[in-house]
Amino acid sequence: MTAIAGVDVGSTYTKAVVPAVDGRILGFAQRRTGFRLEEAAAETLAEACARAGEGAGALDYVVATGSGRFQVPCRDAQVTDLTAHARGARALFAGTRTVLDVGGQTVKASRLDERGRVVAFRLNDKCAAGTGAFLEKTARYLGFATEEIGPLAATSHTPVSISGVCAVFAESEVINHVSNGAAPADILCGAIASLVDRSVQLLRRLRVEPDCTVVGGVLRYEAMARLLRDRLGGTVHVPQGELAQLTGALGAAVLGLQRWQRARGEA
Amino acid sequence: MSGCTAGVDVGSTQTKAVVLDGAGAIRGRALVETGANVFAAAERAFAQACAEAGVAEDEVLYLVGTGYGRYRVTFGHAQVTEISCHARGAAHLFPGTASVLDMGGQDTKAIRVAPGGTVLDFCMNDKCAAGTGRFLQSAAMALDIPLGELGTIALRAARPVRISTTCTVFAESEVLSWLSRGKKIEDILMGVHQGIANRSLALLRRVGIAPEVTFTGGVAKNPAMVELIARYVGMPLNVSDDAHFMGALGAALFARDHVASRQTPRARPKAAAVAESAAP
Repeated sequence: MTAIAGVDVGSTYTKAVVPAVDGRILGFAQRRTGFRLEEAAAETLAEACARAGEGAGALDYVVATGSGRFQVPCRDAQVTDLTAHARGARALFAGTRTVLDVGGQTVKASRLDERGRVVAFRLNDKCAAGTGAFLEKTARYLGFATEEIGPLAATSHTPVSISGVCAVFAESEVINHVSNGAAPADILCGAIASLVDRSVQLLRRLRVEPDCTVVGGVLRYEAMARLLRDRLGGTVHVPQGELAQLTGALGAAVLGLQRWQRARGEA
Repeated sequence: MSGCTAGVDVGSTQTKAVVLDGAGAIRGRALVETGANVFAAAERAFAQACAEAGVAEDEVLYLVGTGYGRYRVTFGHAQVTEISCHARGAAHLFPGTASVLDMGGQDTKAIRVAPGGTVLDFCMNDKCAAGTGRFLQSAAMALDIPLGELGTIALRAARPVRISTTCTVFAESEVLSWLSRGKKIEDILMGVHQGIANRSLALLRRVGIAPEVTFTGGVAKNPAMVELIARYVGMPLNVSDDAHFMGALGAALFARDHVASRQTPRARPKAAAVAESAAP
């Protein structure tokens, strides 16, 4: 049996997916990237293989993506985040024409043609406002771990208003809200709403074409998905649970599968 | 002591107060962390500066508030923008000042001034905190080095790294990633300083760089930043030991103008009474 893998080395998390021949996910893994990118890639690949019932040494073809894709020594190919996410989103939702990826340090919006190729995109890779980093920072300031963001924000009824212009200025707003006695859940939900604001702005600059699929680690949080749906209207697909974070790795894996099959067919 | 005036500069990070005597000389200074309670910080700074000057708070004839939290100085008589105050303070200490660069905790301002300290033009980082003192603070936290030592360490750099991050939030992780790649702390820090200096130079260019250039704000205490800005503008800078009191000094000078114009100073309003009416 052949074993293919996609690995997405992001600024904050590294994700790996091992697919079956039909594209279903057999095994996946994720961990924080840290500063040793090669190690993060090797570990997640090994863990995804183990869960898929493969030996880590048995991988036939590995496609890397994400900002750290060049730090994956065992890769056979690398693709950009945009391509990987486009493929992953189409694999999950075939009607996808717009992809929004809200990551740890970047937010990317891309428009696809009817065949799933990226035809236009807009990025925010210079500014932390609107990214997962800002959300984590806010949670840390309030004394919560990353894993606690989702459950806590889900309990919010009256989110506070937080500006989406600059994450540093927003921090002062958070401090003011804390000193005025706002509940941590409402502050976190307000921070998520500020991420939604930024994402919607980016999408407007791109011009959204339905269906829209939104992915990225931040989409693990139910509040993010709900608020984005409210703001965007129309058909908005959100991958279930952890899949939202794995879309890039899945896209890389699907590409790997196709390339491997094509190479085998030609051989 | 008679004829005293005061200025309180409520900054995003620190609150500064200056008390002047009747002759206009600085008699008291205070520097406190602003924290979450802006009003309390302003009161505390004012009280400390009065104590250092050896005057009772009631002896201060006129008090001007400035800085982003100036409207919370509810016990003051008037408010003046920090742009005007920095220009005024800089021109007072260095009468030849034509350009002012003020680098604070969350903002950086470039001001073009006429003789006497009148503001001709200014520009500042209004959209984001990139290129402000905050970037240094993030680096200091990431490396666990006291803020006051950053400049001295940076000056030892032989091969500065190039910091690619614009956003202050990402500065911390970029600094750590350079560290994990084995770069020397001084080379990383120099890179951080160069990044900030470059951004402030762009601000200065937009208002015009003309001799003399006066460097104010808390970051002017940093020797590496002083050296870099001087090199980039191509001339030595005026830097006062009171660089980070410049806004408060300017405010106190505006207070002095008021007293000199013989308007009868009214009693300073009671803080609580004004707190409500001053709400925006």
